[in-house]
Formats: sequence, C-alpha cells, structure tokens
Amino acid sequence: MIGIGRALPGRCVTNDDLSKIVDTNDAWISERTGIRRRYYCAEGESANSLIIAAAREAIGNAHIQPEKIDCVIVATVSGDYVTPSVACLLQAALGIRENIPVMDINAACAGFLYGTAAASGMLQVCGGRYALVVGGEQLSRLMDMTDRSTCVLFGDGAGAAVYERDDTTNLCVDLGSRGGLDIQIQGAGSPEPSVIQMNGNAVFRFAVGVIPSSLNAVLEKANLTMEDIDWVVCHQANARIIDHCAKKMGAPEKFYKNIDRYGNTSAASIPLALYDMYREGLLKDGQKVLAVGFGGGLTWAGALLNIHLGVTE
Amino acid sequence: MDFETLKQVIVDTLSCDEDKVTMEASLAEDLGADSLDAVELNMAIEESCGVAIPDEELGNMKTVGDIFNYLQAHAE
Ligand SMILES: CC(C)(COP(=O)(O)OP(=O)(O)OC[C@H]1O[C@@H](n2cnc3c(N)ncnc32)[C@H](O)[C@@H]1OP(=O)(O)O)[C@@H](O)C(=O)NCCC(=O)NCCS
Repeated sequence: MIGIGRALPGRCVTNDDLSKIVDTNDAWISERTGIRRRYYCAEGESANSLIIAAAREAIGNAHIQPEKIDCVIVATVSGDYVTPSVACLLQAALGIRENIPVMDINAACAGFLYGTAAASGMLQVCGGRYALVVGGEQLSRLMDMTDRSTCVLFGDGAGAAVYERDDTTNLCVDLGSRGGLDIQIQGAGSPEPSVIQMNGNAVFRFAVGVIPSSLNAVLEKANLTMEDIDWVVCHQANARIIDHCAKKMGAPEKFYKNIDRYGNTSAASIPLALYDMYREGLLKDGQKVLAVGFGGGLTWAGALLNIHLGVTE
Repeated sequence: MDFETLKQVIVDTLSCDEDKVTMEASLAEDLGADSLDAVELNMAIEESCGVAIPDEELGNMKTVGDIFNYLQAHAE
C-alpha cells in the first residue's frame, strides 16, 4: 500500500441527535457499540462524490499521476447508479486510462479486502503495476430511521488505497462466504423498501467466530505469528466485537479502533481506520497490518497488508 | 459442567469478581452483564461444555443458578 485517502460527508450526527429521532440514548449506543458519532451525506453529497474524493487524495498521497493506474476497483453497496458502476464514473472523473479493468464489487463490509484481493489478481492477469481500491458508502440512504436496532449503527464515508504490485511476495488473503440473509437490503424489484435489516445476535456470533479464524488463516498462509504483526484492523462494526476478538487473539494493544468517530461505514471502515492511524503517526513505512472484514453475505475477508506510505505531510 | 467450571467461565467472560458468582447472583444486576455479554457467555459455555443454550432461553435466565440448572438438565 503506497497511498491512502478518505472523504467524510458534511453532516455530523451524534448519539444525542439520534435520541431525538428514535427511542435511544447515548449510554445504550456507546456501551453496546462504542459509537459516539457518525456522518451522513449532506445536500449535494453521495456515495459517488465521497468515493471520488477519497480516491483523488489516495492517488496524490501515492505521488503518482492518475494515468499510471492499471486497475480500479470500488467496493460499495450504495453507489449512485446500478449501472454505470461507481468505478467507471470514478475513472472518468479522475482521467484514468481506458484499457484497464474497472469495476465495482458487492461484498458488503468485506468489500475493501475482497477488492484488494481482486485487484492483485487483475494486475497479474491483465498486467500493470498500480491498483486503486476504494471502499465507500452512503448507508444513510438505506436506513430505516424508525428501527433503533439498526439506524444507530451506520454512517457514510469513503476510504481509498493505491497499491503497487510487489513481485517478491504474494498477497496473503483468506476470503469466504456463508450465504444467508442475516444482513439484508432488498433490491429495487422487491415490494419492501430497500433498507438495512439485520439479525444483530446472529451477526455478532458470526463475527466473533470468523474474525479470529480468518486472522489465523492469513497468519498461517504468510507463515507469521501475531508477534510479527504491527497492527490488527478489523472492520469497525461494533467495538464489543473487536474487544472480544482482541482478547481471544492476545495482543489487544495491536487492535485499532475508531468506530467512535464514524459508526459502521461498511466497505469504507478499514481504509478509514488505516487513514486515521496514518495521520496519527501510528502507521509507519514497513509495517505489517493484519486486516479483516465481515458482513452482509455473510462474507468475510482477511488480508495481510504491507505498508509503504510516505511520511505524513 | 460443575459449578466451579461454570464460575470460571463466567469470571473469564464477564471479567467480574469471583466472590460475586453465586447461584443467586443476578447476571444483570450483580455481575453487570448486558445482552451482548450474555451472548458472549453463551458462546463460552458452549465452547467449554458443548451445550448450546438457545439465545431466547438465555434471555429468560436471570441468575447464575438458572444457567447452572439448565446445563445440569441438558448435560449429555
Ligand atoms: C446490534 C447489536 C448492538 C444489538 O445488541 P443486542 O444486545 O444484541 O441487542 P438486542 O437486540 O438483544 O436488544 C437488547 C435491548 O436493547 C434494546 N435496544 C435495541 N436498540 C436500541 C437502541 N438503539 N437504543 C436503546 N435500546 C435499544 C432492545 O429493544 C432490547 O431491549 P429489551 O431487552 O427491553 O427487549 C448487536 O447485536 C450487534 O452489534 N450485532 C452485530 C451487528 C453488526 O456488527 N452488524 C454489522 C456487520 S457488518
């Protein structure tokens, strides 16, 4: 990973703000989830605008020109259009070359790492050196604001990374899926509204089971142990899920959390966490990050990310 | 599962004081467990003795004794 960027929308919504819309309170939300605030798109903002802004920053941070990009993958479930994909409009907006693979991926909260794995494969099959992978969502558009068990959890945002192909190592990943409807957003053809519906308990169990097993699978493939890892970045869905897994894996101090600031931003949460770590001076050149995403599908994805970011400007 | 083992699982999962874990102790009031703690506890019990308490049943259990009695009744 040689470049990183992010974009947050303009409207900050605190737990207290939500308590005026649904029957909830700051204590419940922060104790059960660790979330204190989240951002929603304001007038004129959308998943596409956030994704494009995050991608632009990541390319700048990588110190390359957009024409150098050899593959564009966007992970999202909330793009502005069903077609064209967000990736195609991002390509056009940034002036990225035409004869390269450009597509969206629907793997929900595991999307950013699914996208990372797909980009690695694309660079091998289609050739090329640099891949742009973005995760971004406008979940505020897909929420049932009368359902307090879901609407307090999610937020909007986008995070982007530029990867450079490394011929000396293979990307180590662990991807999987357990097909089912425990988290669902019905499509446009269904009679019910397109909003997030979730069986929270089942997803909690899925997450605390799959995170450690996926992290261990990646470690095994990479022939490393937790000692060799600088940071563990889990998809930020619930601080309680991360705490549970940190305890189970040992080395809880390596598990980064910033869910308090953004809520669950689905495909954006992992790059948003990496971005904050970078800006806070925690994420340094040469470090190894073990990342894991999980969510709707139910999908999961673990990956080992090698960080090669410049010093913070 | 004997009471000592259950007690250990509860102490490990809820990070609570060992002395507080009695048959009469209320999960919510005395041990400070909320609904997510209950799910975590349920998973830890299953891991340790193989008995899975349905989440709905666990929702009705108020005390450590309720869990212990369930486990006694459902032990293989
Ligand atoms: C969603 C989640 C926080 C709910 O926690 P939980 O403890 O299982 O919550 P429950 O649904 O059992 O509800 C517990 C109580 O809190 C209440 N409650 C639910 N949402 C509430 C809210 N926003 N504010 C206040 N009270 C709330 C419930 O009504 C229930 O009350 P009751 O016991 O009087 O009936 C939790 O299940 C979770 O995080 N799951 C994983 C979800 C996830 O990460 N999904 C995204 C993956 S990408």
